[in-house]
Amino acid sequence: MTAPEASTITAKQRPGDRVFSTATLVAGVLILVTLAAVAIFLVAQSLPAFTAVSDEFKGTAENFWQYVGPLVFGTIWAAALALIMAVPLSIGIALFISHYAPRKLAQGLGYIIDLLAAVPSVVFGLWGITVLAPAVQPFYTTLTEWFGWFPLFAPPVSGTGRTILTVAIVLAVMILPIVTALCREIFLQTPVLHEEAALALGATRWEMIKLAVLPFGRPGIISASMLGLGRALGETMVVAMVLSPSAIISFAVLQSQNPTTIAANIALNFPEAHDIGVNILIATGLMLFTITLAVNMIARYIVDRRKEFSGAN
Amino acid sequence: MSITATPPQAPVAQSGISNSLTAGKLPRYASLYVLAGALAVTSAIFGLIAVTSGAMFDIVGAVFWGVLLYTASIWLISRLVEGARKATDRFVTALVVMAFTIALLPLISVAFTTIVNGLPRFDLDFFSQSMRNVVGEGGGALHAIMGTLLITGMAALISVPVGLLTAIYLVEYGRGKLKHAITFFVDVMTGIPSIVAGLFAFALFALITDDPGVRMGFGGAVALSVLMIPVVVRSSEEMLKLVPNDLREASYALGVPKWLTILKVVLPTSIAGIITGIMIAVARVIGETAPLLIIAGFTTSMNYNLFADRMMTLPVFVYTQYMNQGNPPEAYVERAWAGALTLILIVALLNVIARIIAKAFSPKTGRR
Repeated sequence: MTAPEASTITAKQRPGDRVFSTATLVAGVLILVTLAAVAIFLVAQSLPAFTAVSDEFKGTAENFWQYVGPLVFGTIWAAALALIMAVPLSIGIALFISHYAPRKLAQGLGYIIDLLAAVPSVVFGLWGITVLAPAVQPFYTTLTEWFGWFPLFAPPVSGTGRTILTVAIVLAVMILPIVTALCREIFLQTPVLHEEAALALGATRWEMIKLAVLPFGRPGIISASMLGLGRALGETMVVAMVLSPSAIISFAVLQSQNPTTIAANIALNFPEAHDIGVNILIATGLMLFTITLAVNMIARYIVDRRKEFSGAN
Repeated sequence: MSITATPPQAPVAQSGISNSLTAGKLPRYASLYVLAGALAVTSAIFGLIAVTSGAMFDIVGAVFWGVLLYTASIWLISRLVEGARKATDRFVTALVVMAFTIALLPLISVAFTTIVNGLPRFDLDFFSQSMRNVVGEGGGALHAIMGTLLITGMAALISVPVGLLTAIYLVEYGRGKLKHAITFFVDVMTGIPSIVAGLFAFALFALITDDPGVRMGFGGAVALSVLMIPVVVRSSEEMLKLVPNDLREASYALGVPKWLTILKVVLPTSIAGIITGIMIAVARVIGETAPLLIIAGFTTSMNYNLFADRMMTLPVFVYTQYMNQGNPPEAYVERAWAGALTLILIVALLNVIARIIAKAFSPKTGRR
C-alpha cells in the first residue's frame, strides 16, 4: 500500500474572495505602516531640535540633552514610584479575586476593579489636586518630621501636597486595573493539579499560593508590571495638573520642587510653543516613544516566550 | 465482605468532648468577630478623641487603624491557638482582603467627589450654551460635548473598519511572519503613550497642510484612532476566535465561498462581542485629553467642521477650565467638575450599553 500522492486542494478563487482577503490584508499592513509612520514623522519633525542652541530652550539648558535629561529622569522616577506601590497591591487584589473571593462574586469584583480603568485621566487629575493632595499633606509633614533623615523624605515639605509622591499615588491607582487584570489571568491559569497537590500535602492556602501559584505566575507578573510601567510612563494629564514643575533632578519626593515628566512638559508647553519650540517638544516626545516602545517590547517578549513553554494554553 | 457501618459521631460542639481533629482551630466565624471587635475598639477611641477635641469623627482613621488592629490581633490569636503556619495564612488573607479594599477607596472617592462637585453646574445651561463671550459665571459645555461627539465618532469611523478587517485577517487569513509581526506590533501599539499619538497627528497634518501651527478636529480623530485601533483589533480577534470551527466547515461543505462564510456566518455569530469591544474602545478614547490638547486645541465657540480650526472637546474643556481659572475661580472649577461628571456619565453609559448588547445579541445556542 502506498500512501496517496499528497496534493494540496485549493479552493476556487472568486472575485469576492480576492477583494475581501485583500481588504483584510491591507488593513493589517496599514497598522504596520501607521506604527512606522509614527516613528518616521516624529523623527522628521524632531531633527531640528538636536541642533538647537541654548537660547531656544526654555530654562537654562544649553543643548537638547541637557533639556531632556531632567525630564527623562522625572518620567522614569514617577513611573517607578507608581510601580512600587501598584504591583504589590495588584498582586494582592489579583490573588483575592482568583483564589480568595467566593467563586460567584469573583467576576463582579473583577469588574469593579476594571471600573477604575474607565475613569478618564483628566478626572483623576482633578481628584488628585482637590482631594488627594490636601488629604495626604498632613501625612507628608509627619513623614518629614520623623523620617527627614532618609534622603527620599528630606525636608522642606511641600505646603500643598502637590508633590511627585502624590502624582505617583494617582498613577499607581491608574495602572492598578491593567496590572491586576493581567495578574488575575495568569493566576487563574495555574494548573489546578499543582494547587490540589499542594493542598493534599497539607499546605495552607497561603503555602499553596507560595508553592504553586506564584512560581507559575512570576513571568506573568513581571510582564504585567512592565506593561503597567509603560502606561505610567506615558500618562500625561495627572502629572501636568498635579505637579508644579521645575527642571531639576531630585530624589526627594515630598518637596515643592519636583522633576516633571516628558508627557506633562509637552502638554503644558505645547499650546504656546512655536517654531523650533515645537520641534524640541516633539523630540522629547520621540524620547518618550522610544522608552515606552522598549519597555513594551520587552514585556511582550516575556509574554510571548512564556506562551511557548507554559503548557497552560 | 461485611462492613459494619459505624453510626456517625455526634458533632463535637454539641457533646462538648474535645476532638483532636478540631482542637487548636479557631471557630468558623472567629475572624469576623475579631474584625468587629477591632473596629469597635478603634471607633470607641476615635469617638472619644472626637468628643474631647470637638472635631469631626474621623471615620477613615477609625477604619484604617481598625483594620490594622484586626490584622495584628488575628495573627496573634491564631498564632496562640493554631500555630505559626495557620497564623501566617490568616495574616496573608487579611493582607489580600485589605489590598482589595484599598483599591476600592479611590474609586469611591472619585465617584463621590465628582458627583458632589459636579451637580451644582449640572444644569440646562451647561448643555445648551457654549463658552463664547462668557467671562466668570454662566456658560456651558455644548461646544465641548459637540466636539467630543464629532471627534470620537470620526475616530470610530476610522478605527472600526481597519480594526475589524485586521482582526479578520489575523484569525481567518493570516499566517506566517506577517501575522506574527502584526500581532506583535498591535500589542506594542497598545502601549503608545496618548500624547505621542497626538504629536504624530500634529506632525502628519503640519506636513500635509504646511501650517506649523495646525489645529483641526480631524487630526484629533486620527490621533484617537491610533489609540483605538489596537483595542478594537484585540477584542474583535478574541471574539472571532471563539466562533466554533464547525460552523465554518459546515458552511464550506455547503459550497459557500470563504468571504461569504465570514460575512454571513462568522461575523453574525460574534457580532455581540465585537460591538461590546468597540463600545469599550470608544469609552477608553473618549476620555483622552493629551492628544486632543495638542492637535485639536481649545476654543470657546462652536465648531462643526472637523477639517478646519480648533475644536473643543470635553476632557480638554475640563482641563482648561481648571488650569486657566478666571474670576470668580469657583465658576471655572464648578464647570470643570460638571464637565468631569458628564464625561464619567458618558463613559459609564457606553459601558452599560456594551454590557446590554453583549447580553441581548449573543448568539442563541438553540436547544438546551
